[in-house]
Amino acid sequence: MLDRAQVLHVARLARLELTEVELERMAAELSHVLEHIEKIRELDLDDVPPTSHVVDVVNVLRHDDPEPSLRRETALRPAPEPVDAGGFGVPSPAAA
Amino acid sequence: MTEYEPVIGLEIHVQLKTRTKMFCGCELSFGDSPNIHTCPVCLGLPGALPVVNERAIRFGMMIGLALGCEIAERSLFHRKNYFYPDLPKGYQISQYDVPLCRGGRLGDVRIHRVHLEEDAAKLNHLGASGRIHGSDRSWVDFNRGGTPLVEIVTEPDIHSPEQAREWLSLLRTTLKQIGVSDVNMEEGSLRCDANVSVRPAGSAVLGTKTELKNMNSFRFLERGVRAEIQRQIGLIEAGEAVVQETLHYDPVSGGITPLRSKEEAHDYRYFPEPDLVPLVATDAMLAAAREALPAELPAERAARFERELGLSAGRARDLAFRADLADYFERALAAGAADGGVDPVELSNWIPQLVERIGSDRDPAESNVAPESLAALATMVKAREVSRDAAREVLSRLVADGGDPRAIVAREGLGALSAEDDGLGELVDRAIASDPAAAEQVRAGNLKAIGPLVGYVMRETKGRADGATITRLIRERVRQAG
Amino acid sequence: MNELIELTAAAAAQRVRAREIDPAELFEAYRARAAADDLNAFTWVAPRAPAGEYPGDAPLAGVPLAVKDLFCTEGVPSQAGSRILEGYRPPYTATVVANLQRAGAPLLGKTNQDEFAMGSSNENSAYGPVLNPWDRARVPGGSSGGSAAAVAAGLAPWAIGTDTGGSIRQPAALCGIVGLKPTYGACSRFGMIAFASSLDQAGPLTRDVTDAALLLAHMVGRDRRDSTSLEFPEAIRVPRAEDLSGIRLGVPEELTGAGGGVEPGVRESFEATLARAEGLGASVEPCRLPHAPHALSAYYLIAPAEASANLARFDGVRYGLREDGEAGLVSMYSQTRSHGFGAEVKRRIMLGTYALSSGYYDAYYGTAQKVRTKIAEDFRTAFERFDFIVTPTSPWTAFALGAKTDDPLAMYLNDFCTVPMPLAGIPAISIPSGLSDGLPVGFQLAGPAFSENRLLDAAHALERAIGFDGSPARRSGESAARG
Repeated sequence: MLDRAQVLHVARLARLELTEVELERMAAELSHVLEHIEKIRELDLDDVPPTSHVVDVVNVLRHDDPEPSLRRETALRPAPEPVDAGGFGVPSPAAA
Repeated sequence: MTEYEPVIGLEIHVQLKTRTKMFCGCELSFGDSPNIHTCPVCLGLPGALPVVNERAIRFGMMIGLALGCEIAERSLFHRKNYFYPDLPKGYQISQYDVPLCRGGRLGDVRIHRVHLEEDAAKLNHLGASGRIHGSDRSWVDFNRGGTPLVEIVTEPDIHSPEQAREWLSLLRTTLKQIGVSDVNMEEGSLRCDANVSVRPAGSAVLGTKTELKNMNSFRFLERGVRAEIQRQIGLIEAGEAVVQETLHYDPVSGGITPLRSKEEAHDYRYFPEPDLVPLVATDAMLAAAREALPAELPAERAARFERELGLSAGRARDLAFRADLADYFERALAAGAADGGVDPVELSNWIPQLVERIGSDRDPAESNVAPESLAALATMVKAREVSRDAAREVLSRLVADGGDPRAIVAREGLGALSAEDDGLGELVDRAIASDPAAAEQVRAGNLKAIGPLVGYVMRETKGRADGATITRLIRERVRQAG
Repeated sequence: MNELIELTAAAAAQRVRAREIDPAELFEAYRARAAADDLNAFTWVAPRAPAGEYPGDAPLAGVPLAVKDLFCTEGVPSQAGSRILEGYRPPYTATVVANLQRAGAPLLGKTNQDEFAMGSSNENSAYGPVLNPWDRARVPGGSSGGSAAAVAAGLAPWAIGTDTGGSIRQPAALCGIVGLKPTYGACSRFGMIAFASSLDQAGPLTRDVTDAALLLAHMVGRDRRDSTSLEFPEAIRVPRAEDLSGIRLGVPEELTGAGGGVEPGVRESFEATLARAEGLGASVEPCRLPHAPHALSAYYLIAPAEASANLARFDGVRYGLREDGEAGLVSMYSQTRSHGFGAEVKRRIMLGTYALSSGYYDAYYGTAQKVRTKIAEDFRTAFERFDFIVTPTSPWTAFALGAKTDDPLAMYLNDFCTVPMPLAGIPAISIPSGLSDGLPVGFQLAGPAFSENRLLDAAHALERAIGFDGSPARRSGESAARG
């Protein structure tokens, strides 16, 4: 059901790199699972509203009052690449 | 040759002037040292959850009401999924198919929608000098990440670069006046993208549009859109197709370049944000937003200037779309009224003169020219107590040193020469004597020939004489001489 | 074996309050057992008792608590069973954990789990699998497998876990303990490393129903940091019921019939429990949940879709693992995520990304949300005639390690009876109903939203009637008498 190209496309969207072996396996496994899942598409659900929240509340709002922020050292402690300027280093998006 | 009509729509991002971020209690900041306004929520730490800022919702509703939008009874937040270092959660919380506001109009441009979202963090370039040597590095400052943003999308109702600039200026004034944002393009609290296409004039079919990103000043918006229109017309004339793409305008070179195309086409996979509950616009919330709006918004003010004061549409907008000018104008008008009345149109003519002298980015209220002084000057001009040229001179002195225009006119002897003034009659005689040929033509009925004669008198009186009076005198004397 | 270990948490708390037990001694007894854990149930054990006075007067009286790894605990490793959070110590503590600490339950340790709570066997953990104390060749269930095994083996008096599609109830069933998934919104999710935000709920895993009630009483409550949390409408009471008179139990044929693949031994225990319930005064009748057979499909679209977004933050920028690829940002992202996530997590991210992707949203995610609506309606209708819906918790008893790892779908089918409840947001409890071939069987009761007190009462009455011997001594390492 899911072909190689689709799996590759989805993996790219999800920022996952799959080996050739993983790719084959993923296509087979996802197809198998989807085959089972597909059955819900046969249900007649035309006039049924979707449920995205089961809690029946609205307008949960916060007052615009400041709360203490983290110290910079705390924020940066788990960073894989802290930079001297006080930030989180990353490979430049512009680089190849 | 084909005439082309540009079709332009704008997408404007406005940072709201709340105290804290959209979904957490970190304070908003500009120019602070990096990463001191962060918390588990705006850093996207595992387990952290967003909670909506109530003031951001009110500001969003105020914008919607000011733009005449319909406020959605119930709206939702969605997740917009994509990876980028300035997006800590890997998705942006934004409104998607059920935005806070729909429809509406500002001036002559219809509003498509207004929605709320969170701003991205700031990505800084570090170059190849980072910790990992030899590779190009950047770094992220999350202070800005999570700042409340409102996105305003117009319908494609704009048809020239000038109109785009003028309309954005109206929007800016409106937002500034309702107090929801600093709307500063240089600091990024107001950002504008333009969707541009061209079509043969009269055609109802839209051409292929391109998106011109992030023009960070009014001037660049106008120039960028103009350049893009020219580029598209050039392509069409050369028989090439306009490609739908995202473009960057370089204000330095004036060039337009495609933004580096992303690895694949975007697929944002929007779905309802399960960490937040729906937003319902209650009567109380709408009433609070309405109450917080000023009594009169710029577009309404322009209409009033036109309707009640008889200003031209263009002049009314020039004043009303800049609140400082309109405020100054109205104060001068009030001062003039207290002083026996001032003609609003005459007074309005002097505002651009004043702006020209003090610089277009300054508030006239902070200049040396008191509103009552400008009103007095306009009244004197209208009563022909001082000629226009002399009045310009008086205004320059007011700008330089302040003071009372009547006193300046008296002290400097700048008062208009009257027709009864013998000196003026003598000067007219001399003008006729100096150019008999012109005088002869005037006598023969060629009124255009009168110019050099009037100019002579103006020069001699240093502009103190009223042009209309001189013309009348010349024609009388020429006839008498005949 | 230390006799302290034989006490239920509630009994231990009572003895602490009566000054018959020194809470420091209680903590140390459990700490020593947890540190000697050979089930791989713990990922981190407190090096010492927390400093300061023991809260002997606090409601939870210093009875130590085991906490599933995915609850953020300040300064203590919290990596949701994943390599991608290797070494991560959060700067804050989850609300539920903070609530329990404030009520007097000190942190004993963090427990193993399936990576990001994705799994039904605890085999998807970066720390390796947890062993079932009833049979070490078998899985403890998942994803809260470490919490369940620790409580069952007496390595902890009680524990908390999270349930998204059965992750508290199923391991509780497979380990012979009590597991409760509360009403969605009853417990704050703030600080719980998210799997599927619209389904995740924290809950207790305990030796008996009374312990579950005591723990739950101090977990619930509205949290201003979680927009979806709700004030629990009443106090959680200690259950006292001893019979089920007037209680109407509905048995949904969609979940208990042939379609669910219930093992004979499990069915036998389930039916014996129904008979006991009738003996206690309950009525037992078949009921209909017409859309329940589709719950698994809806669940395996909704949960992975939400997870695909929830797990996007693990990108190597701010914390956790970073693998710099050959060049550039995209390579860093893909390398980090490919090395950091295990196979099951990748599978679900892929499934969820696909279900949300352009052109498939309506067919998959959109449809699943509509099925969700129908499932909630089915329950509402059923609760007009019945007090509780009852099913076996898991169609099977604990299976052998490795038995289902090659077949994701078979593993997913384990959740057949537990996924409908979280989709509807309603509470459900699993209690041990007996043994099948020497392995525990779980009996599940589900009630309407916020019916926890009634649910606990009914479970308490049944528990007494069943008389399941949950003594950890029967299966802990130092006891020879296993099975």
